[in-house]
Amino acid sequence: MKYIQEYRDPEMARQYAQALARITTREWTLMEVCGGQTHAIMKFGVDQLLPSGVNLLHGPGCPVCVTPLELIDKAIDIASRRDVIFTSFGDMLRVPGSAKDLLSVRAEGGDVRIVYSPMDAVKIARENPTKQVVFFAVGFETTAPANAMAVYQAAQTKVENFSLLVSHVLVPPAVEAILNSPGNRVQAFLAAGHVCAVMGYEEYIPLAAKYRVPFVVTGFEPLDILQGVYMAVKQLEEGRAEVENQYSRAVQRAGNSYAQDFIRHVFQVVPRKWRGIGEIPQSGLGLRPEYAAFDAETRFGVAAQSVPEPAECKSGLVLQGALKPTQCPAFGTRCTPEHPLGATMVSSEGACAAYYRYRRLEKAEA
Amino acid sequence: MTPFDFNLTCPLPITEYPHVLMAHGSGGKLMHRLIEAVIVPAFGNPILESRHDGAILPPLTGRLAFTTDSFVVRPLFFPGGDIGKLAVCGTVNDLAMCGARPLYLSVGFILEEGLPMETFWRVVQSMRAQAAAIGVQIVTGDTKVVDRGKGDGIFINTSGVGVVADGLHIGPAHVQSGDALILSGDIGRHGMAIMAVREGLEFEGAIESDCAPLAAPVHALIDAGIRVHCLRDLTRGGLASALVEIAEASRRAIHIEERRIPVRDDVRGACEILGFDPLYVANEGRFAAFVAPEDAARAVEILRGYEPTATQIGAVADSPAGLVTLRSAIGGSRIIDMLTGEQLPRIC
Repeated sequence: MKYIQEYRDPEMARQYAQALARITTREWTLMEVCGGQTHAIMKFGVDQLLPSGVNLLHGPGCPVCVTPLELIDKAIDIASRRDVIFTSFGDMLRVPGSAKDLLSVRAEGGDVRIVYSPMDAVKIARENPTKQVVFFAVGFETTAPANAMAVYQAAQTKVENFSLLVSHVLVPPAVEAILNSPGNRVQAFLAAGHVCAVMGYEEYIPLAAKYRVPFVVTGFEPLDILQGVYMAVKQLEEGRAEVENQYSRAVQRAGNSYAQDFIRHVFQVVPRKWRGIGEIPQSGLGLRPEYAAFDAETRFGVAAQSVPEPAECKSGLVLQGALKPTQCPAFGTRCTPEHPLGATMVSSEGACAAYYRYRRLEKAEA
Repeated sequence: MTPFDFNLTCPLPITEYPHVLMAHGSGGKLMHRLIEAVIVPAFGNPILESRHDGAILPPLTGRLAFTTDSFVVRPLFFPGGDIGKLAVCGTVNDLAMCGARPLYLSVGFILEEGLPMETFWRVVQSMRAQAAAIGVQIVTGDTKVVDRGKGDGIFINTSGVGVVADGLHIGPAHVQSGDALILSGDIGRHGMAIMAVREGLEFEGAIESDCAPLAAPVHALIDAGIRVHCLRDLTRGGLASALVEIAEASRRAIHIEERRIPVRDDVRGACEILGFDPLYVANEGRFAAFVAPEDAARAVEILRGYEPTATQIGAVADSPAGLVTLRSAIGGSRIIDMLTGEQLPRIC
């Protein structure tokens, strides 16, 4: 299939792996930020093609995993109300709150629906004027433009029964938090291609300079990832710390300015709590005061309750690349996709779920 | 195969009752007219026409295989099939996977009040055409009507009886190390045909369900003397879940090659857009066959007479026992696991 098959070519993959082995003279630790990349690495076995000196850590770029427990509890509270149609992307539905998940709310009679676009939620609101329609706006910069567009259109066309439960997060502040953490081992980053398709990659330039780490904007197919790793290792070996773009077929330096304008028009940068990591300043998006009427948290008056995570769950360390999923004592025993302790075991993009699904043999053999 | 003529019209006086009423399930005159005018003529055979409370079957030789399955699908009609065709093929295929020759089916309809009579009639006609093409008889049945809003148009249950020839032993317990794993055709069509209709995805030409009866290709293998050790149709959960079930039940290792698994471009494209893995997408006309390695080439050749994309995709080994492993398109390897729940579309 065009644009897919050529990026999964085994001969090309072998050649890239050989080229990478030729230039690697010592041990390097890289982090892929995005959960979609983690998933592709595990699914295709990209890490098995890397020379032994190149170590991949998995970053915090799984929107489901970093959405705080309190917010999931708020979603469950809102979705349980009689007059509400609660809409969400599919993989939020199975994430456990402190007592249950959204799928259970649906089984108990709540109207919880999977949508592919926030615009579908606006349409549902238009068609159900007597109901309150809420969209669970999770995600990084990738999903922000469409969510901004949904709010904008709802405002323009006076769809007043529509609102957003916002949990938007931003990549650069999270990357900086990892770089600042005391035990940081990451020497280079594969930046998330889809985030950069929206935002461009200029915001990584000061980070590369300040912390002396290379960034390579990288796509999601196996050959993209191999090439991204190759470019990052080449920089490390040559002592460079620059921002390079592997994913040039989708990403431009300045990104998509039209999409950025929409984000800025509807959202503003706010502090945000990351599940497993804690609050990171200026790391999220919230609705601007002009659009506060569309904020589900105020519309439904759901109170913030701080909920402790299970003590046994080490997802915070996993999300920061400080621990590999298989190094967690609970992995595959007391924590499985059927009985997850934390969100990294739930989401298809979560590192623990990816390891469990594709690699749990390694733990058994280790 | 008997072509189904959609130009025929429903023989009930639909000007009188164009929709299913609660009374059609009441046991009274309306129910009897529904049975006499729609169901009996379609499935007509001496056993059903005896109008007994149950079917009395003639003596059969061989071991009996008996299975049941229920069918719920939205939309009721989709590219490549409909709920009636599914209900006949699904149970016939379960019998075929036991190595049985399917003989008799029962059918239970649960109709929702308000269902257009024409829709019910089309479903019944589709079942008739499929049963005739396969050579099974629908010998007993039941109809109930539920209040509007308590059903999804039509639910169908079918049960089936078939006979397994003496000396034929097919099942996970008979899978042996070294067996060849053969896939009867390209995967993922049924699930993506349904998703494409539900989500309003448009491609160049609709994706058609692979819904088809599998008794003929299965018996072609058996009749040709292929040593068939295990068969499994790849319905809910797709190829991946079926193989995991067999690996666990047989305590053998199954190795497959991703590049050998045929997936049509339109199906792959739809899966990429929705974030689905074709290995987990439902099929309604595909099966996996575990056969003796010396018979593999001949088995593939026979199956290609029914579906040109049939091919060997892997083999059975002793270890790691109970696991399915896949060699990826780029040469990495990974475990294949069952999904925890349904496949959910991803965020980004």
